[in-house]
Amino acid sequence: MAKTVHPRLLSPGFSRAMQDPKWARRLLCGTALLFLALLLLVPLAAVFTEALRKGWGAFFESFNNPDARYAIYLTLLVAGISVPLNLVFGLAASWAVTKHDFPGKSLLITLIDLPFSVSPVVSGLILVLVFGVHGWFGSFFNSIGLQVIFAVPGIVLATVFVTFPFVAREIIPAMEAAGRDEEQAAIMLGASWWQILHRITLPNVRWALLYGVLLCNARAMGEFGAVSVVSGHIRGETNTVPLHVEILYNEYNFVAAFAMASLLAVLALLTLVAKTALEWRIQHLEKEAVTERTRHRENEPAA
Amino acid sequence: MSLSAINISKHFGRTCALDKVNLEVKSGQLVALLGPSGSGKTTLLRILAGLDYPDGDGEGRLLFQGRDVMDLPARERGVGMVFQHYALFRNMNVFDNIAFGMTVLKRRERPSSNAIRDRVMELLAKVHLQGLEKRMPHQLSGGQRQRVALARAVAIRPQILLLDEPFGALDAKVRKELRRWLRTFQEEEKLTTVFVTHDQEEALELADEVVVMNNARVEQSGSPQEVYDHPASPFVIEFLGNVNRLKRGRVQPDGSVTSLYVRPHDIQICKHLQGHTLEARVLHVFSAGSVGRVTLEYLESGEMLEAEVPRSEVDSMHLASGQTVGLRFRHIRIFTRKGETSTQELIEVPYEHEA
Repeated sequence: MAKTVHPRLLSPGFSRAMQDPKWARRLLCGTALLFLALLLLVPLAAVFTEALRKGWGAFFESFNNPDARYAIYLTLLVAGISVPLNLVFGLAASWAVTKHDFPGKSLLITLIDLPFSVSPVVSGLILVLVFGVHGWFGSFFNSIGLQVIFAVPGIVLATVFVTFPFVAREIIPAMEAAGRDEEQAAIMLGASWWQILHRITLPNVRWALLYGVLLCNARAMGEFGAVSVVSGHIRGETNTVPLHVEILYNEYNFVAAFAMASLLAVLALLTLVAKTALEWRIQHLEKEAVTERTRHRENEPAA
Repeated sequence: MSLSAINISKHFGRTCALDKVNLEVKSGQLVALLGPSGSGKTTLLRILAGLDYPDGDGEGRLLFQGRDVMDLPARERGVGMVFQHYALFRNMNVFDNIAFGMTVLKRRERPSSNAIRDRVMELLAKVHLQGLEKRMPHQLSGGQRQRVALARAVAIRPQILLLDEPFGALDAKVRKELRRWLRTFQEEEKLTTVFVTHDQEEALELADEVVVMNNARVEQSGSPQEVYDHPASPFVIEFLGNVNRLKRGRVQPDGSVTSLYVRPHDIQICKHLQGHTLEARVLHVFSAGSVGRVTLEYLESGEMLEAEVPRSEVDSMHLASGQTVGLRFRHIRIFTRKGETSTQELIEVPYEHEA
């Protein structure tokens, strides 16, 4: 969620009084910029330089490969399934947690964050344990002829699990801030559950929702660890873009590997731009609300 | 529509919010639930609305015009509610806020969009907000939001209107204006109305009947004059208006405990000590306003008293701090508690002009 800067921090008096000496500021800024350059900009530049080492022709040629194209298709497919699923799950979880009181609520809040704290490899292994051929439900899925592990359903499951918290985490604070009053007012006016959801609850959190979906999508397309465990790395069948990058790299096919990697890098940059735009939009809305309120507070006409 | 709540109890965990409360509201009446915070008044209002339910012991009953509505969900009770912080739909403009209750009706019950528009415009005129229908809630002042919330609540033509601290978040001037306006509005619409407040002045000025609540119980109910002039308990006399308490909790020889109450306007100040007057010293005189407020020390016990005397008297007596004066109490109310039972007596002293 966008953070708003406290107005006092922006006032000149505050900054003058609280400013560190010049050399300290330069040292701190310099260190931060150095790390930023070394850890973020250089690698990003490296990805594109490596991808274009043999020119644009070789760059585009690497996408002309059926396995590469399938990897892109599979990544889009998996994200296309997991993000909507997590949107629904995230909404349901946030709604339950913020608008209702029930026993076990704090446990649910903790569980929502579980995928963040579990290593993706472990989540993948759990799925193998549960859905694998020799797993708990393996024989059941086998009997109905559905292969989960080393197939697309497993990749979707792993991606859903790993990206689960993104939507819920963004919406919960927004719903909490919105409170329950408006929903209760809508109930008193005769609105049904569905009318309240799509006319009050969702519009009130729409920016947070979009933000969550954006982050969720970026992670869903880039997920490596958990997907790697359940996919089996079968070319043209269960390889997503991140997995394909690894395979190509291990085969010393650097141009193709970095070309694929550049796709993920572009995705990251686009996400960053959209995220900033959204943050700006949310902040702008908040500021507008505050100034409008103060402007209209003074000229209250007589009733 | 008349409303009666019978034997309503409500516990939140171990705390008791309502203890066998009864409430009777006649059709078209304006009733105030008055009490300090935590007295259970808002909980009672939410139970009337259907947003909360009383304890499930089957004893509490809620009747609208004689019909039991306890099992009716909030959205079917036909009750309009104005929330403490208005709860306007922030993503809708004023028009859509007011129209909301009509637009969520089932298709065959829903008025045509022209009829909805007419109704919204009529209500906007009634709440003096013409021309503001395109504004968003955050572009309105507190008083304007309050009136939008009210228009929205009555747009569905409820039989009963509930208001939770309707003027709590407004400044004093706007509050006074809106109070008067709500009174006329309620009379015109003949709406059975219950509102919650902790402001005794508001309750006494606005309501047909005041229900004083304290500690999850109803202490007293009656017309504003009744509860003010004939308070049933020390709590009521202390909560309604200013009062001086003397000989606080004094234990009598027979084991009973008495407290003595005198309203500030029932204290007469005499320049000179006479037969039946009590001796007091003037501590401070505030004489800005229509009445002079005089702080006194009752010399026999050292207790502090506040008296309200007409400005003319303050001026003619040249009251100043440090002076010793005589006091006469016109009405004294004595509450006596002995064990579980408490009694009260009223002593009236005929008004005497200073000779």
